[in-house]
Order: sequence, then structure tokens, then C-alpha cells
Amino acid sequence: MDAKELYASLEKLFPGMVGNFKGEAMEPCLNVDSAAIIEICRFLRSSPGYRFEVLSDLTALDWPKEEKIQVVYHLFSYAQNHQIVLKVDLPRDNPKIATVEEIWKVANWFEREVYDLFGVIFEGHTDLRRIMLPEDWVGFPLRKDYVEQEEYDGISTQRAPLVEKLLR
Amino acid sequence: MKPLINSLPETVFTTKVDDLLNWGRASSQWYMLFGLACCAIELMQTGGPRADLDRFGAVPRATPRQSDLMIVAGTLTYKMAKRTKLLYDQMPDPKYVISMGSCSNCGGLFQLAYSVCKGVDKIIPVDVYVPGCPPRPEALTEGLLRIQDKMMRERWLVKAKAPSPAEVAE
Repeated sequence: MDAKELYASLEKLFPGMVGNFKGEAMEPCLNVDSAAIIEICRFLRSSPGYRFEVLSDLTALDWPKEEKIQVVYHLFSYAQNHQIVLKVDLPRDNPKIATVEEIWKVANWFEREVYDLFGVIFEGHTDLRRIMLPEDWVGFPLRKDYVEQEEYDGISTQRAPLVEKLLR
Repeated sequence: MKPLINSLPETVFTTKVDDLLNWGRASSQWYMLFGLACCAIELMQTGGPRADLDRFGAVPRATPRQSDLMIVAGTLTYKMAKRTKLLYDQMPDPKYVISMGSCSNCGGLFQLAYSVCKGVDKIIPVDVYVPGCPPRPEALTEGLLRIQDKMMRERWLVKAKAPSPAEVAE
């Protein structure tokens, strides 16, 4: 598969929904509109020419200056040995996107992780709970503006005095 | 008065009861199998044939109910900290804690992380801190010997007498 070719066919099938294609990168990537993520993923999985049957990673990035949270999908095809990266920009104050759980079942845990650390809401997810942090955790720690609580469950988060001084 | 030497049959020796008790306790410290991170590898190595913690009578037990000593070996997260407190509470008295490695001493390399507890002493009392990242088996053995020293100094039959109310009034 040629990444450029894939982008061209996506542009034709979903006009206005894809953009910002980077084909020279080691892992070719493109931006996808959040409204079209389900259709595009379903197409990439089921289309006989592409057959992306594996979601090898689903993660996110926080861009506070640009007021956005970017969800990143890494797709891979064992049958054809090719890969593509999809990026979706979401507003930082209300990050919501449809779940791809029905397309790749593994997305269930990936999305829970992204919810746990970034607070992205995946609409339609069957079990959107924290996956690694304790259930009573406050805040989403991988956001750039995360502020550590004074204590967790009665355990002080105070560090050694020298470290506290260096942090200031 | 007749000197004690050579006056007793050879199977008899004299000692203080406290010393005998402490000698027994210090020579059979059963530590809990409790590895949290990479320090656990070094803990296993310490229990293995080269460093051989066995020669001090220290053997691992798989349950807190049979353990005298807890070796906190590795990075302690807040999630695990609650469990560590529970395990410590389940151990019978008298109990001792060795904090092994930088992570359990103060959070170590990971202390700037949001999820790592800044030292096991924030939740349970620690007797001996072993520095290192991770400490070598020799260092951990030294820590065990320090616990032995601490045990030998303890007194069980004669405790410090609390002052009576009349004495306090004076």
C-alpha cells in the first residue's frame, strides 16, 4: 500500500473530513475529523485493499497552547504489512469522541486508559471507568495543567525538603 | 565465693532470659515475600545461594501472618501503599520493617511522578533504611544485621516502669 494512495481514496470517500497528510514520516499520519472517525475506521478495517485488522495503539496528547487534546490511532495490517496513524483533534475543555470499540475490541482498554489519564470521554463505551489509577483519584494526571493533591487517602504527597526546594 | 568457671556441668550455661529470647528471635527472622519492583530481583538474589540470607535464619514466608520482618523492596505506588498498610497490620507483633532502595526510602527516581508514594515511612514505621538503587545483596544483608542488633537490645521481662500517679504529682 502506498500511504499517499490511501489518503487520496479517503479524501474522495470522505471529502472535508481528512487533512494534514504527512507521507514522508516513518509512520505516515493524517488528521481526521472527530465526526467521521467511526466511518473511516470501519472503512479502513473492512476494505479489502487495506484490511487494518489491528489497532496496535490508541493514545492521546495534550496541547494546552492550542487548546486541544489530540487522540492518536495506530492502525496495522498483518495481512498486508502496512500501517497508518490517524489523529483527531478535540476541544480541550470538552473532549468527546465516539468509541471505536465495536470495530476493534481492544479499544475498550485503550480508551479507558486515555480516559484515565487525559479525561477524554468516549461516547458509547460499554465500561468507561479508570483502568490504572484508583477509582477515587482526583484529576487527569497527564494533562499539562494537572495539579497534584495535597494528600491521597491520608498519605501526604510531600517530598523531601531539598526536592521541594528544587521544584520551586 | 567459689568462681563460676568449672563449677557447673558442661551441658549447662547461664545467660539472661532476655538475651536468650532475643538471640532466638534474631536468628530466625522470617521475612515476608514482598517484592514491588526491580529491588525484588536483588532481594531474591540476597535469598539465593551466593549471599544466602538463610545462614542468618532468615527465610521468606508467603504470608504476613507468619512474618516478623517486612522488606519493602521497590517502588511503592499509592495504590499499593494501601495494600502495604494492610499487610503490615496483618503481621503479628513484634514486627520490623526494612525499607530497601531509594524508591521505598523517599520515592527515589520516580518521586516526581503523580502515582508514586514519597517513601514507605509515610504509611508505616521503618526500622532500617537501606540506600541504593538497587542495594547490593551485601547492603541488604547489612540491613538485616542492623535489625538483629536492634532485636538484641530489646528487653522483655523488665520493662521501664511507668511512674505512679503519686510520683507524677510530686
